[in-house]
Amino acid sequence: MTTDAPVLAKPASRRPSWIRRHSPPYWLSLIGGGWMLAFFLIPLVSGLIVSLETGNPLTGYHLTWNWAIYQQLFVHSDIPYTTFFLRSLYYGAATTVLSIVISYPMAYYIAFKVKERWKSPLLFLVLLSFFVSFVIRTDMWAFILSNQGIVITALRDLHLVGKNFHILGTSNAVIGGDVYNNLAFMVLPIYVALERIDGRILEAARDLYSNGRQVFLRVVLPLSRAGIFAGVLLVFITTVGDPVVSSLLGGVGTYTIGQAIQDSYLTNQQFNVAAALSTALMVVLGLIMFIYAKVFGTQNIENLV
Amino acid sequence: MSTEPDPSPRAPQVDAALLRGLTQRRFPRRAMLRSAGAGGGLLGMSSLLAACGIAGSESREGSHKVDWAAYWRDQKRTGELNFANWPLYIDSEHGKSESLALFSKASGIKVDYEAVIQNDAPFYATIEPLLAAQESTGYDIIVMTNGWYLTQLINGNFLVELDHSKLPNFARYASPLVKDPNYDPGNKFSVTWQTGFTGIAYNTKFIKRPITSFNDLADPAFKGHVGMMNDNTEIGSAALLRMGIKPENSTPEQWQESTKWLEKQRELVLGYYDQSYIQYLENEDTWITQAWSGDIFQANLSGYPHLKYVVPKEGQIAWHDNMLIPRQAQNPLSALDWMNFYYTPKISGIVEDWVNYVCPVPMAQEYISTVLKDPTVANSSLVFPSAAINQQSYEYYVYKDYDEYQTWNDIYNPIIE
Repeated sequence: MTTDAPVLAKPASRRPSWIRRHSPPYWLSLIGGGWMLAFFLIPLVSGLIVSLETGNPLTGYHLTWNWAIYQQLFVHSDIPYTTFFLRSLYYGAATTVLSIVISYPMAYYIAFKVKERWKSPLLFLVLLSFFVSFVIRTDMWAFILSNQGIVITALRDLHLVGKNFHILGTSNAVIGGDVYNNLAFMVLPIYVALERIDGRILEAARDLYSNGRQVFLRVVLPLSRAGIFAGVLLVFITTVGDPVVSSLLGGVGTYTIGQAIQDSYLTNQQFNVAAALSTALMVVLGLIMFIYAKVFGTQNIENLV
Repeated sequence: MSTEPDPSPRAPQVDAALLRGLTQRRFPRRAMLRSAGAGGGLLGMSSLLAACGIAGSESREGSHKVDWAAYWRDQKRTGELNFANWPLYIDSEHGKSESLALFSKASGIKVDYEAVIQNDAPFYATIEPLLAAQESTGYDIIVMTNGWYLTQLINGNFLVELDHSKLPNFARYASPLVKDPNYDPGNKFSVTWQTGFTGIAYNTKFIKRPITSFNDLADPAFKGHVGMMNDNTEIGSAALLRMGIKPENSTPEQWQESTKWLEKQRELVLGYYDQSYIQYLENEDTWITQAWSGDIFQANLSGYPHLKYVVPKEGQIAWHDNMLIPRQAQNPLSALDWMNFYYTPKISGIVEDWVNYVCPVPMAQEYISTVLKDPTVANSSLVFPSAAINQQSYEYYVYKDYDEYQTWNDIYNPIIE
């Protein structure tokens, strides 16, 4: 078909259309966007819809736009879901802060103080605990911290604590378990951030008469902010929604929102309540993360990748 | 020379369950159409919302009546049995069960025994969607505790009605404790695998005075060392018994009344536990706790002789783990054969000598003492309770419908949460 030839040649003489120029980023983000749609947006929306249904497991649940459920659960409820919420957020915050305090020196040591050939083995040790299921590891803590376990027996024999002292069943046990389980998620991003700091920058700081403390506070810490930022995201979100550690190491008064969601879904079969609690959790976490990102700036994550 | 039918020894041993999985249609046409409908519904908002409702178990299966006499008449023997049970709940010697081996030998039925049930609720959650879609769960016998989930299986018509004419040993040997229970009148759907008692256990190292009553769980001297069950049926039943009320005949007003004691006691409690309560008791975190008789019996034999189980003077709870045949079971005749086989003094004796809960066959006591020569088990009043102990044992309340169950939850959940 020779008549088509001029048509083919025609665009070459003009600039590509506006759509052609601007569409590639969208085409490229199609897979990522589809991923978000399938695994984030659809579950979120369907969770919201289930939360607005009423019924029971025998007769079924039907959509009645029951927005009142949120008020029922968080304002007038026999079961103090708001308390569980705040408690989970507190556990999340305490765990995050403690993880940073413990992880930063570890990451700093591996990044700066250790010979090159020791770095890999040490990082491997950080990851080693992941070779065992975290439920089993947490359960072992219940054994170690039990009243006739090595920790309390030793403390009691030294008369450092009284006869009635116990660790299991307290909030501290839960926070401790959370810190233990999430430590690697904090160490690794901080290590990655520290590792890429150019040694010459530190030399330059010293050449400009900074002492060790100033080098750390004015150079190293700001440059590793991206790692802390990523670590906080990983640790905080995981901890707030976790039902396992609090049920294995906790006791009376350590019931978390994660346990509440699990129990309302599995044991009580109140699918709408479970959905409402998880939707509320997602929204609250989303808001916290949004504010956090606004305050500290998202370029922090970009720096890391 | 063995006269056993030899299942082709040279053929490669392929797991029957795997074969079934490979050869069976995994997506019934109806389920495919339904998911296609749901997918199409994404296009229109209204159909999306319609597809979002969650069908109830009754609405899907409720009106589906079955002529059970015809059902049993039409069944053919298959030579297979798929048995789902709880962990550590059958006799086991180097991973092999003698009772199951004897059954296979006597009947030629090959048993695939899987200890997959960790708890009633999650197991119910895994089989319910299959049952609701009228698909096979892959099991011919499942074992569940009497309680809301068993009631739901019965009300949802998810169970095969047992043909007691093929189950003569049950009528002959079963203990009165497990016959005609309040949760399944006439044993229409269930026969008990094991019974257990919920009472009180305490550590005699720390508690020197005798423990006799539920009120001892609320003694301020034990503050921070009291364990309770996190199952709201257990704590509710204990609180009702303490008031002198039989849980099986209790009313919602009495439920409400009984929480006062639980709320007050709560500040002494270290934690509300699932099966792990025994670990806390053994590790001396708790000194006194709600407990299951079988756990304490086993703990006494395995290095914790200082733990003691007591039947509170107000009475104890008897619960039953029951063998059930789920609908769409592939080998229901094999399942009945096994139930009948189990209800003999010999076989239940072999199982009981290992499991140590409460034997549903009283005559197994003689088998254990004379043939297995294990007087510890045979003479235990926990495994073979006396008539007096049976008299002190009460059943759970049976929920009539979901609303009642929800009322119970609303009343007792604030205690454990």
